[in-house]
Amino acid sequence: MNDEAKTDALLEVKELSVSFATDEGEVQALDAVNFEVKDGQTLGLVGESGCGKSVTALSVMRLLPRPIGKITGGSIDFGGMDLLKLTPDEMRQIRGNEIGMIFQEPMNALNPVRTIGDQISESFLLHQNITPKEAWEKSIDMLEDVGIPAPENRVFEYPHQLSGGMRQRIVIAIALACKPKLVIADEPTTALDVTVQSQILDLLQSMKERLGSSVLLITHDLGVIAETCDEVCVMYAGRVVERASTIDLFANPIHAYTRGLLSSIPRLDGIPKTVLSTIDGMVPSLSELNKGCRFAPRSGLEHSEEQLALRPPFTEVNPGHWVEACPVCTTL
Amino acid sequence: MTDREKLLEIEDLRVHFPVRGGVFRRAVGACKAVDGVSLSLKKGQTLGLVGESGCGKSTLAKAVVKLVEPTSGSIRFKNQQVTQSEDEINFRKSVQMVFQDPAESLNSRMTVGSIIGEALEVHKIGDKSERFARVEQLLEQVGLSKSASRRYPFEFSGGQRQRIGIARALALKPELLVLDEPVSALDVSVQSQVLNLLMDLQTELQLTYLLIAHDLAVVKHVSDMIAVMYLGKIVELGPAEELYSNPIHAYTKALISAIPIPDPSRKRKKVIIPGEVPSPINPPAGCAFGHRIKHPLYQESIDGKIQFTEVSKEHWVLKCPCCV
Repeated sequence: MNDEAKTDALLEVKELSVSFATDEGEVQALDAVNFEVKDGQTLGLVGESGCGKSVTALSVMRLLPRPIGKITGGSIDFGGMDLLKLTPDEMRQIRGNEIGMIFQEPMNALNPVRTIGDQISESFLLHQNITPKEAWEKSIDMLEDVGIPAPENRVFEYPHQLSGGMRQRIVIAIALACKPKLVIADEPTTALDVTVQSQILDLLQSMKERLGSSVLLITHDLGVIAETCDEVCVMYAGRVVERASTIDLFANPIHAYTRGLLSSIPRLDGIPKTVLSTIDGMVPSLSELNKGCRFAPRSGLEHSEEQLALRPPFTEVNPGHWVEACPVCTTL
Repeated sequence: MTDREKLLEIEDLRVHFPVRGGVFRRAVGACKAVDGVSLSLKKGQTLGLVGESGCGKSTLAKAVVKLVEPTSGSIRFKNQQVTQSEDEINFRKSVQMVFQDPAESLNSRMTVGSIIGEALEVHKIGDKSERFARVEQLLEQVGLSKSASRRYPFEFSGGQRQRIGIARALALKPELLVLDEPVSALDVSVQSQVLNLLMDLQTELQLTYLLIAHDLAVVKHVSDMIAVMYLGKIVELGPAEELYSNPIHAYTKALISAIPIPDPSRKRKKVIIPGEVPSPINPPAGCAFGHRIKHPLYQESIDGKIQFTEVSKEHWVLKCPCCV
C-alpha cells in the first residue's frame, strides 16, 4: 500500500500469528494475518465459523484465553504503539477507553446481578477521574444517546428486565462510554431479529459518525458487510484470503473462496427453487491444514504439489485490492 | 395449483398458555402464542412461515405435529381432524419434524444408525436387517456414506448433522415435513448444500414442507407460498413472488426492507421499525403492529375492523385501518 494510506491507519495488524494448545497438539488459529483499519472507517472481517475472526478480535484486545491461546508472532500497531509490547496494566488503560468492544451475545456480556447504571458507570470510573455521582449522570446521558426510552428509570434495572435489542444497546453504551477511537464489534447483530438488526446497525453507524471512531466489524453476514463497511477482509482457515474495498470486492471478487461465498447466499432477486451454488465439503479443522493454498481441498481445482506446500504470496492485484494469489484459485 | 389436494388445513387455530401467579399458582392470564391462524398447504408445496422471534412460529409448528394441544380451532390433515384423530399412529408417521439445532436434537449417546432407525423400531417396521438396509438407504439419500450409521453425532460437522436430522425425519416416509429453522445454525456455504438437498428431496419424494425461518432470502428461495406472522396472527399470506414484489401490510413491507442486501452498490430504502414485538401476554386490543408503530389510526382498529381478506388471487392480508 502507498505511504499516504499507511499514515492514516489507526490499527495496523502485521503478520499476526496465534496458536492454541489443544489435545491434538498445537494448532495455528491465525497464520500471519495482515490488515489495517483506517481512521474513521469501518473494516469488515467476514468468514465462516472457525476461520479466526473472533480470535483476531480477541488478540487485538489481548483477551485470548490463557494459557492455551498464545500470540506467536507479528505486531498490532494502534495509534503508534505496539499493543503486544504493553504491560497488562497499560493494556487495561486502553481496553474500554481507547478500544471498545461489543460482544455477540448481549446476555452473556452483561453482569446479571448489577444494574445497568452500575455497569455503564464502571467504564467512566475506571478511565476518567470523576465522582460516582458524575459517572451516574453520564450513564443516563449515554443511555439516552443509544436510544433507550426513560433512561433515568432504566439505569436502576437489571439486564433480565430488558429485551435482546435493548440489551445490545446497553452493550453498545458501555463500549462507547469513553468515546473510544476504535470499536471492535464481534457479530453485534447475529443474535437479533432482522428488524432489530437494522435498528442496531443504524445506531452503530450514527454513533460512529458522532464520535469519529473507526470500527472493526466481525460478521458472517455478507449483507451486513455490504451495507456498513468501507473495506472488507475475507478470512479462511486462519488467513486473510482477500482484502478490498467493499464495492470492489462485491463487484470483482478474485479468490475462489470469496466467489463461492458470494454465490452461495440465496438472494431476494434470484430465481426461486433453482439449485444454489455451493462450496463442496466443509470448513477444515485447524489441525489438518496444509501449508500452501488452504482452500485447495474445497476448490475442486487441481493443485500442484508445490502449490500445496508453499503459501501463496499476498499480493496487490489492483490498487487497494489484495489477494492470496494462489494461481489456481484466483482469476484475474 | 388450486386443483391440488389440500394436505393440511388449519382453521382459526389458537394456542394459549396459562400464565400462573399468586400463592396458589392460579392462572392469572393467558399467553396468546397463536391467536387465530388459518392456513392451508397443498400437496407438494412449500409454505414459508416468517416472523420475528416470539411471534408464535414455533408454537404453530408444534401444534401441527401435535406436540402442543391447541386451545381451540382445528387442524385437518388429509381431511381428518388432527386434534381428535383416531388413527394417531398413521398421523405421526406421515408428519415429521426437522429441528433447528442439529447438535441438540440428536442424542449424543446413540449411533447415527440407531437414531435414524429408532422410529422404524417404534413403529415395528420390518425386521432387523430390513431396518438396517433402510437406514443405509436413507443415509445415501441425504448424501452421507453408509458407514456413517456406526458412528456418533459428535463425529460429524453441523451440516452433516442436519443431514442426519433430515434422514431421521424421512425414515417413516412422511408426507409433510415441518422444518423449524433447518439452516439457521449453519454456515453460508453449508446452508446452501442443505437447502439444495431439501429441494431435491421434495421433488424426488413429493414432500410437502412447512418451513419456518427468519432468513427471508432463504424462505423466498424455496417457498411457493409465504405467510408472515406477527404476534400470534398471520398478517399476510401470498405466493412468494407476489408477496415480495407487492407487499400490502405495513409489517411485511418493513420486514422486507430490513433484510440487508449483499450488494453495496444498491442502497435500499430502509424502513426502521421502532420498538420490538410486544409480549403476547395481554396483547394490544386492536392491530398489534399499528400499536407498535403508534399509528394515528390505531384507535380505529380496536373496534373490530380487522379482517383477514383476500385482496387478489391467493393473496390474503389482515386488513386493518392503520397498516394496509
